[in-house]
Amino acid sequence: MKKYTNTGSKDTRSGFGAGMTELGQKNENVVALCADLIGSLKFDDFKKNHPERFFQIGIAEANMIGIAAGLTIGGKIPFTGTFANFSTGRVYDQIRQSVAYSDKNVKICASHAGLTLGEDGATHQILEDIGLMKMLPGMTVINTCDYNQTKAATLALADHHGPAYLRFGRPVVPNFMPADEPFVIGKAIMLNEGTDVTIIATGHLVWEALIAAEALEAKGISAEVINIHTIKPLDEEAILKSVKKTGCVVTAEEHNIIGGLGESVSRTLVQNHLVPQEFVAVNDSFGESGTPDQLMEKYKLNNQAIVEAVEKVIKRK
Amino acid sequence: MICTTKKIKLLLHPINTYISFIMSNTQQLQDFTTQVRRDILRMVHAVNSGHPGGSLGCAEFLVTLYQDVMKRNEVFDMNGIGEDLFFLSNGHISPVFYSVLARSGYFPVAELATFRKLNSRLQGHPTTHEGLPGIRMASGSLGQGMSVAIGAAQAKKLNNDNHLVFALLGDGELQEGQNWEAIMYASAKKVDNLIATIDLNGKQIDGTTDEVLAMGSVKAKFEAFDWIVLEIKEGNNIDAIKAGLADAKSKSGNGKPVCILLHTEMGNGVDFMMHTHAWHGKAPNDEQLAKALEQNVETLGDY
Repeated sequence: MKKYTNTGSKDTRSGFGAGMTELGQKNENVVALCADLIGSLKFDDFKKNHPERFFQIGIAEANMIGIAAGLTIGGKIPFTGTFANFSTGRVYDQIRQSVAYSDKNVKICASHAGLTLGEDGATHQILEDIGLMKMLPGMTVINTCDYNQTKAATLALADHHGPAYLRFGRPVVPNFMPADEPFVIGKAIMLNEGTDVTIIATGHLVWEALIAAEALEAKGISAEVINIHTIKPLDEEAILKSVKKTGCVVTAEEHNIIGGLGESVSRTLVQNHLVPQEFVAVNDSFGESGTPDQLMEKYKLNNQAIVEAVEKVIKRK
Repeated sequence: MICTTKKIKLLLHPINTYISFIMSNTQQLQDFTTQVRRDILRMVHAVNSGHPGGSLGCAEFLVTLYQDVMKRNEVFDMNGIGEDLFFLSNGHISPVFYSVLARSGYFPVAELATFRKLNSRLQGHPTTHEGLPGIRMASGSLGQGMSVAIGAAQAKKLNNDNHLVFALLGDGELQEGQNWEAIMYASAKKVDNLIATIDLNGKQIDGTTDEVLAMGSVKAKFEAFDWIVLEIKEGNNIDAIKAGLADAKSKSGNGKPVCILLHTEMGNGVDFMMHTHAWHGKAPNDEQLAKALEQNVETLGDY
C-alpha cells in the first residue's frame, strides 16, 4: 500500500497559524478576531505583522461573531478564532442569524476540538460541533487531519465565498499530507486504494485509519482509505464510487456518533447505494479529563478501534 | 422652538424605476411619517400579525434618519462603501423599516403588500436572505445588532471611509447580554464612528420594562461604559430628532461611541395604541384599522 510518512509531528492549530501568517501577507482583506486565546490559536505572527487587521475581542464570543459579520460589510474576510466549544455551541444563534442566515463571509476557525483537548475535560471538549454547524444552511464544514492540511484549508477558505467552519485540534500529531497536496473544498482525498472495505476518516482519525489499513493488510484485508476533510458539502461521488467497489464502510471521527461525519455518510448510502456501515465515534457521551492518548483509547477512537470496526463490518457484507 | 432646518430642498430623482424624496422640511418629514404610519397599520392588518407598537414609536426617527440625516448612495450595495449605514437590531419593528426603505427608493412601494406573506422578500423579521435592497443583516433574534454595527464601523475605519454607522435597539432588548459585551468593546476600542440609538419606550411584550426586568438608569449604564450619551426627550418630535442627531454627529469622531436615548411613545400617532404595551405585537382588526387610519390621513399615496 501507499506509504505516508510522518514528516515531523506538529499541532494542527499551528498549521492554522501558518496559514493566517501567509494570508496576512497575501490578502489585505483578511482580518483576524480572537477571544483572548492568541497563543492557543497561533495568531501571534498575524497580530504582530498586521496589528490594524487584528481584533482582540476579549472573552466575549457572541460579540466576536457579530463583529465578524459586520466586518464583512465593507469587504473584509474575517477569520474568528477560539476553542471549538466557544466557537459553536456558545454562539449558535449568533452564527445562525448574523452569519449563516445573513449570508456573511465569515470563517469560524476552531481549535481544541474533540477529546484530544485532554486534561481540561468535558466543559471544553466539544463533540457536537460538526453536527451543529452542518445543520446550518449554507455553512461549509471542514475538519482537517494534520498541520499541512490545516494550513492548506486556511488558505483555501480565503478564496471561498460564504460562511465556513474550520475545525482543528490541540495536540501534536503526525504531519503526513504532502505540503503541496491541493486542497479543494468539498473534494475527498484518496489516500489508499483497496478492495475489501472503505474507511472514511476525518480529522485526527485519518492517521489512525492509515495505521489501521497497514494492520489490516497484514491480516489480508485490503482497505481503501479516504480522507474526508470537508464534511459539508460532502463528496458523495467519491464515497459512492468506493463503496460500490468494496461493499462496506467504516467511518471514523473524533465526534459524537450522532450528528457527525458518519451520519452524513449514512444518509448518502441510504439514498444511493446501501452497504453495511460501522462507526468509530463517541457513543453519545461527554468526554472527561485525561491525556489525549488515554482518552482516544478509552473512547475507542484509535487505529485498533478502526481495525475492530472493519472486521465487524466485513462480516456483515 | 428653533427650527434646525438649514435648507429646504425637494429633489426628485429616479433610482431605477423608483422615486426618492430627499427632504429637509419638517412638514414634509411629518407628512412622510404619516404615510409611513398608514403603511405600518395596513401591513400588519393585512396579515393579522406583526409589531405595530414599536414601529409607530420609531416612525419619526427612522424617517428623519433616512430622509434628512444619513448620506446614502443611490444604488444599494451590501458593502456600503462611501455612505452612512443603518442597522436595525430590534428586527420586529420591520414594518416601519420596510416602509421607510421602500419610500426612500430601495424597492417598489407596492411590495409592501407582500409583508409576511409566502414568497415575499419582506419577511416577518428583516433578512438579507431574500435579497431585499436596504437590508444588510438579519435581525429579530434580539441583542445581535450592536455587534454587527460595530464590525461595520471598524470595517469603515480599515477602509478609510469616514462615513457613520447608525444602529437602533429596543430598550427591552438591552436585557440581552451580548449588548453589554458590545457596549464594553465599542468604548474600549474607540469605535467613534458609531451612533447607537436606544428606543426608550419603556415597554416590552410582558409589560413595562420596569415590571419585567428593571434596568435602572440606562443613561448611567452607558456612561459607566464610557460612551457619550445624549437624550432626545421628545422622540416623536421631528425637530427634536433632527437636533439630537445633529448633536450626535457633531460628537462622533472624538474617541468614543455615541449613544442616543430616544424617548418614544409606543403606538405613537394612534390614540388607542398609545400608553400601553398591548400593541407591541398585535394587529388591529378592521374597525380598529379604520379608526387608526382616520387619525393618519393619506399624504404620499397608499401602496
